[in-house]
Amino acid sequence: MRISVTVDGVEYRDDVEPRTLLVHYLRERLGKTGTVVGCDTSNCGACTVHLDGHSVKSCAVLAVQANDREVTTIEGIARDGQLHPVQEAFHQNHALQCGFCTPGMIMQAIDLLADNPDPDEDEVRHGLEGNLCRCTGYQNIVRAVRDAAQKMSPGSGPEAERVDETAVVDRAPMHAGGGE
Amino acid sequence: MIPAAFDYVAPTTVDEAVRALAAGGEDAKAMAGGQSLIPVLRMRLAVPTLVVDLSGLTELTGVHDDGDSLRIGAMTTHYEVQRDPLVREHARLLCLATDTVADPQVRHRGTFGGSLAHADPAGDLLAPALALDAVMVCAGPNGTREVPAARFFVDYFTTALAPDELLTHVKVPKLTGWGAHYEKFNRVAQAWSIVAVAAAVRVSEGKIADARVGLTNMGPTPVRARGVEEALVGQPATAEAITSAATRAAEGADPPSDGNADAEYRSHLARVLTERAVTAAVSA
Repeated sequence: MRISVTVDGVEYRDDVEPRTLLVHYLRERLGKTGTVVGCDTSNCGACTVHLDGHSVKSCAVLAVQANDREVTTIEGIARDGQLHPVQEAFHQNHALQCGFCTPGMIMQAIDLLADNPDPDEDEVRHGLEGNLCRCTGYQNIVRAVRDAAQKMSPGSGPEAERVDETAVVDRAPMHAGGGE
Repeated sequence: MIPAAFDYVAPTTVDEAVRALAAGGEDAKAMAGGQSLIPVLRMRLAVPTLVVDLSGLTELTGVHDDGDSLRIGAMTTHYEVQRDPLVREHARLLCLATDTVADPQVRHRGTFGGSLAHADPAGDLLAPALALDAVMVCAGPNGTREVPAARFFVDYFTTALAPDELLTHVKVPKLTGWGAHYEKFNRVAQAWSIVAVAAAVRVSEGKIADARVGLTNMGPTPVRARGVEEALVGQPATAEAITSAATRAAEGADPPSDGNADAEYRSHLARVLTERAVTAAVSA
C-alpha cells in the first residue's frame, strides 16, 4: 500500500506491506534506528514514538495506520544542535545506564509532561508504567523527569513538535507484494 | 516477530466495515485500537487473511448525552474515556477502571469498544460494563440490535457478536451521584488483573440504597456479585455491614486456576477486594 507519512518533519511516500509494523518501517526503511525494539510482547516501551503528538508503542501500530499522519521519534526532538530539555535532564541526572530503554523513556516522559507539566513522583512512575528499564535505573529516571518539568514551560507536547515546513522524499517501492 | 501477510482495508463507514467483514468470511478480523490484536498477529497466534481497520470510523468516537444514559462510541479511546467530563460525572466507575488499563501508550490507541468485543476475562472494562447494566449496540448486515451486557459476554474471548457484526456504541445508564471504586490486584506494572472488583453504591441518609458489584477474572466472563449487592442494600453504610456482605463475593463465580493464582486464592481475593472496593465507593 502507498503511504504518505511525516517523520521528524520530513514527508516520506513509500509502498509498504500492510503487515509492516511502524517500528520496522522507521528502523529498516527510514534508518531511524534511534527507535529500538526491546521486547516481543509490547511491554517494554523502548519503541515509543509520538503519533500525531501522542505516545504509542510503534511495535503495536501498523505502518499503514500512520498514513497521512505525523510521527516524531527520538531523532526528531533536538533542535538546532540543542538537546530537548528532557534529553538534557536525562544527561544531567545520569538517568541511563545501558541506555537501551532511554529513547522510549524520553518520548514517554515528553508525553507525560504535555499532559501534566508538574508531576509528583507517583505521577511520574504511573506515567512511565509502560516503559521498562532492565538496569533498574528508575530512581534517576524519575529524578530526571521531575528536573525536566522544572526547566520546561508547560505545553512542550504536540505544538512544540509541530514542524511547518516539511521536505518531501518520494521513494521508489521496495517490495512488490502486499495487499492494496 | 513479523505478522503473517494479510490484506488490509480501512473503511470509513459502519456499512462499509460490515460489508468488508461479511465479504472476508471467517478469516476476516476487525481491528479497533489493535493493542491486543497486533501483538497477537506478531506472535502469529492469529493469522487472519483480512484485517478490517476500524480506526477511520469517526462516527464511532465520542461520548453523547442521551438523557438517562450515555452513548459511548465503540472507537472512543481509553485516553478519551478517562478524560471525558460526561463519563466522569455519570459513570465514574468507567473512568476509574480505565485508569488501570495497561499503560499510557496503550490507552492512547486502545478503545472502549475494542476491549469489550475482545472479551478478555482479565480485561478491566467488562466487569464495570456489567455492573453498570450497559447495553451493547451491534450493527450487522441486517441492521442493528441491542444486547445487554449480561448476555453479551458468552465465554472466554467470546461475545454475542456474529462474525459480520460490529459493536458500534455502548449505552451506559447514568448513575449520577453514586460513589464508585475499581480495586485491581496485580503483581507488576501494566499487568492484567489477577482479580479486580468494580463497585458502585448509592448512599442515602446513612444507608446503602443501591449497590452494584462486578468481578474481573473470576470466571470465563465477568461476574455480577448479586449476593453482595443483596446483602448491602438497606444496610447502614458501616464497616461491619460491608465486611459481612463481602463474604458473599465469590458466590456463583467459577474462577480459573493458573500460574498467577489458584481458584481458592482468587475467591479469597474477591472477598478482600470487594470489601476494599465497596468501602472506598461508600466514602467516594
